Parts: sequence; C-alpha cells; structure tokens
Amino acid sequence: MSSTAPSFPAISTKPGVGLAWAVRDTQAMMWRNLTMLRRVPQLLVFAIVQPLIFVFMFRYVFGGAISSVPGVPYVDYLMPGIFVQTVTFGAINTAVGLAEDKNKGLLERLKSLPMSRSAVLGGRVLADATRDIVIVVLMLTIGFLVGFHTHTSVPKVIGGVALMVLFGFAICWIFAVIGLSVSNGEAAQAAAFPLLAPLTFASNAFVPTKSMPHWLAYWADRQPLSITVRGVRALMLGTEPTSYVWGSIIWSLAITAVLAPIAVRRFRNS
Amino acid sequence: MSDIAILADDLRKTFKDVVAVDHISLAVPRGSVLGLLGVNGAGKTTMVRMLTTVLKPTSGKGLVNGFDVMHQQQAVRRSIGLAGQFAAVDENLTGRENLVLVGRLNHLAKAVARTRAAELLDQFRLTDAADRPVRTYSGGMRRRLDLGAALVTHPPILFLDEPTTGLDPSSRLDLWGVIEGLVSDGTTVLLTTQYLEEADRLADNIVVIDGGLVVAEGTAKQLKSRLGDTVIEFEFHSPADAARAADVLGSVTSAGTIVRVVMSEGPETLRQALDRLSAASLVPGHVALREPTLDDVFLTLTGSNSGDPS
Repeated sequence: MSSTAPSFPAISTKPGVGLAWAVRDTQAMMWRNLTMLRRVPQLLVFAIVQPLIFVFMFRYVFGGAISSVPGVPYVDYLMPGIFVQTVTFGAINTAVGLAEDKNKGLLERLKSLPMSRSAVLGGRVLADATRDIVIVVLMLTIGFLVGFHTHTSVPKVIGGVALMVLFGFAICWIFAVIGLSVSNGEAAQAAAFPLLAPLTFASNAFVPTKSMPHWLAYWADRQPLSITVRGVRALMLGTEPTSYVWGSIIWSLAITAVLAPIAVRRFRNS
Repeated sequence: MSDIAILADDLRKTFKDVVAVDHISLAVPRGSVLGLLGVNGAGKTTMVRMLTTVLKPTSGKGLVNGFDVMHQQQAVRRSIGLAGQFAAVDENLTGRENLVLVGRLNHLAKAVARTRAAELLDQFRLTDAADRPVRTYSGGMRRRLDLGAALVTHPPILFLDEPTTGLDPSSRLDLWGVIEGLVSDGTTVLLTTQYLEEADRLADNIVVIDGGLVVAEGTAKQLKSRLGDTVIEFEFHSPADAARAADVLGSVTSAGTIVRVVMSEGPETLRQALDRLSAASLVPGHVALREPTLDDVFLTLTGSNSGDPS
C-alpha cells in the first residue's frame, strides 16, 4: 500500500460547536420540515378536516342540546376548546415525522454530520409549532364563519393564540419521545390516540365538567389541556380568571423541561 | 498523517443481552478499500454505525482519520461521508435541496453548498431531475443522490453500508463504476456488503465477519487460495467412461459423468491427465477449469448461504 497520502481537495468545514451554529442548524432543519408542508399542502388540509368535523358536530348537532354554559353563547365556549384540541392533535405530526425519519435512515445520516445534536429535534418541534400557528389562524377564521365572537381586545386574542401554540409546543416534546420510541409512522399514529383521548375528551373543551361523574370531573378539571382551554377562554372571552393563563404557561414549561431532555437522550441513543 | 485511515481496536457493542459486535479489530490503509463481508445480522452495520459516531461502542477503540470516535466525534464527522442501505434522502425535497441541506448542515457557506450541489448533480447524472421531488426518483437515482449527499464535503473517508442492496443489476454496475472513480481519486472506503461479487470487484482487502467476530481476512485472492487450487473438471459421455477415467487418473473425485482433478502441480497436472486419458483412449466431452469463488470461501467460513442473487 502506498504510504503517500493523496493531496485531498476536501472542502473544509468549520467546527460545528457553539450556539450560533446550533441556531443555524435548527433553522436549516426547520426549513426542511416546513418545505414538506409546502410541497404536500394536503397535509394542512387533513390537519383541519378533523377539527372541522368537530366544529360542525358540536356547533350544529349537539350544540342545541348543550345549553348550560355560563355567560356566553355555546359557540364562543366551544371554539377555544376546538383550537386547543387541534394543536394537541397536531403534535402527532411530530411523532410521525420523527418515526419516519428514523425508519428511512435519515436520522442516521444526520447523526453522522457535524451538525448540532439539538437541531434535529429543535427543528422538528419548532416547525410543528409554526404549523400550529397556521392551523390556528385557519381555525380562527372558520370559527368566525360559524358565529364565534371574541369578547376581549385584539392583543388578548393574540395572547390566546400564543398560549395554545406554547401548549402545542410542549405536547410536541411528548410526541417526540413517542416518535423516537416506535419503528414507523403508523406505529406512532397508533401510539398517539390512547394518550390524546383522555386529554382532549375528558376535559372542559366541549362541555363544562360539572355534568360529568365526580371522578371524571376531578381529572377533567385538573389536567393541563383543560387548564389551557380555560386560559384561552380567559384571554379570548374574559369568562375565566387569568390565573388559568399562568397555570397553562407553567404546565407547558414543565412538560417541556421534563420531556425535552428525555427526547434528546432518546435521540442520541437511538 | 497516519497511514491508517480507519482503525478499530477490539470494538464491541451489546444491546441489552444481544451481542451485535463481539470483538472486532480492523485497519484500513489510507487510499484503500476494505470490504466488510457478512450475512444479515453479522454486525456489519453496527460496525459502521460505531465508526461513524452514530452509535457509542460498549468498549474498545475506534480511530477515523486519526480521531477518536468516542472523544473527538465532531472531528470524525468532518472527515467522513456515510451512505446507508436505505437511501437516506428526504422524499419531499428535490435532489438539489437535499444536497444543499446536507451542505448547510456540514456548515458550508450557502454559496459553496449550492455550487457543490450542482457539481454533484452533474457528476451523478441527476441534473435533469435536480429540481424534482425525490419521491419521483427511481431506486438507482435515489442511491446516487444518497451517495452524492455523502460526498458533499469531499470527505477523505467514505463509509458505504450495503450501497447496492436492492438495486437492479445495471444500477449496481453503474454505482460500482462511481465508487471505483472515487477510489481512484484517493478516497478511503469501508464498504459493507453481502454480495461476494461486490467485495471481489471493489475491495483491496476483505474482512469476513460472522456473529460479531472476524472469521477471515485477506485479499480476495488469499481468501480463495485458502480453499486450495484450481480444479479440472472432465465431463464424459457415460458414467462407465467416467469410472474408467477415474481409475486411470487416480486420486480424483467423481460424481456421475464428471471427474475432478485438483491442479496441484499447475498446468503440468492438466498435461499429464490428458496424456493418461489419451493412452486409455478416453475422450472427455467437456473440460473446464474451475477457480474457487468467494462464495465457496464464504460458505465454508460462515456455514450459511450468502443469498447472493447473481
């Protein structure tokens, strides 16, 4: 074997450490994940089909029978619940996206690159949060079309959107862990529903909890999705105390603080 | 610069109770191609994943381009390209976008990443399809793009994990040509494969692994010679003729109408055999010289079928 090393025209890359690189890598990954949404806009349509069905069901099918909501017309009570349910279900996207990237070997390629380790998950979750904003704006428009009225100021309504996007961001971390733990997108989808059902249906999103059995109401009053829905109602309708806004923020930060490191560890070890 | 581009010293990886790689040591001299040969589950992919910093070894040491795979991961990553058995490209991005993304994640400046992407698309004959989403690509095109993505920084060391698995024969030949081109430019390659033909054609040295251990290593020629010399096969028109020929030639194996003679003295064996047969007025219908193939080596060493479809 020849001992002379070939004069290699390797293209020099800069050391990939430091916060600035982490931000750039995260941006690149975010761009990649959002491009998929641009290329396959049906995904966005599918994302609002299910909440749309819920809007029609609760607004027009059950709505007439549900009369006992305090202070506001039922449609105003309902829509914040639908919004939060929508961003929560949207987090399935995180699990499916990561599971598919893993299944297709893309995570392996990314791990072999001198990029920031946190950018893969960060780029995924931030892209999904951005997607949430688009979806919430679409749903808000649909809400206005079916007679939804806000009762507060524009900044507060924007605050309400921010609150649910923050909650969606936190839920994405739970789903990042699920996505990295299963073998493909279908498995991720299947694993998601048992977790989502008790969060979204056993809640105050569609009906007040006081008509529920005691044990169910106990859970439904205290779980984070209900608290976030009340926080959004506080900001958009003014019917709930603002303490629920803070309660929701604390839940979102706590979920992120616990689940993000678990997701990152799972990514490194998978 | 060390002469050894890739060094594995007693690498081991276990997943809970499962030993994926038991103890494997290997060295790849700079500018050469090592073929890591083994059946599915032999530990090939785990070796590649450890050496490319994707997976942390349980124990042992790995040096790539002189950098430690456990403690100098970023330096290792800047020295290598990895192309896997799945074409690890994003289906929803175009070919060009995939290459630019990998360039950006390698921390190339945007303009450099774009230029490099265009060069690679050209080199891999993908320019016409460059701005189409990858989901419209054929299997062979995806593999070429995947290999292109591994070459964005023109790394001195390339890891190819079963680069042609699942490809049709013409795409395989095509990819072999590309790999040979890279090698002639001085790239060091560690290639895993379950195709003996592939190792035979591309690799300077071959390491055969089975059950997470090295069972043989050497050049293709050395490995074949372990099975002994070339065999002469005489085929006769009837089993009776074959039996008489076996008597005349002595120390041979025969089956049906075929008589085999090991060429222990080179061409002289053939001349003597033909002389004896003509003295006994036996005329073989067919004569063949059979070299031992890597398949024979592989089957002998691992006791399992390689699944080579060729």
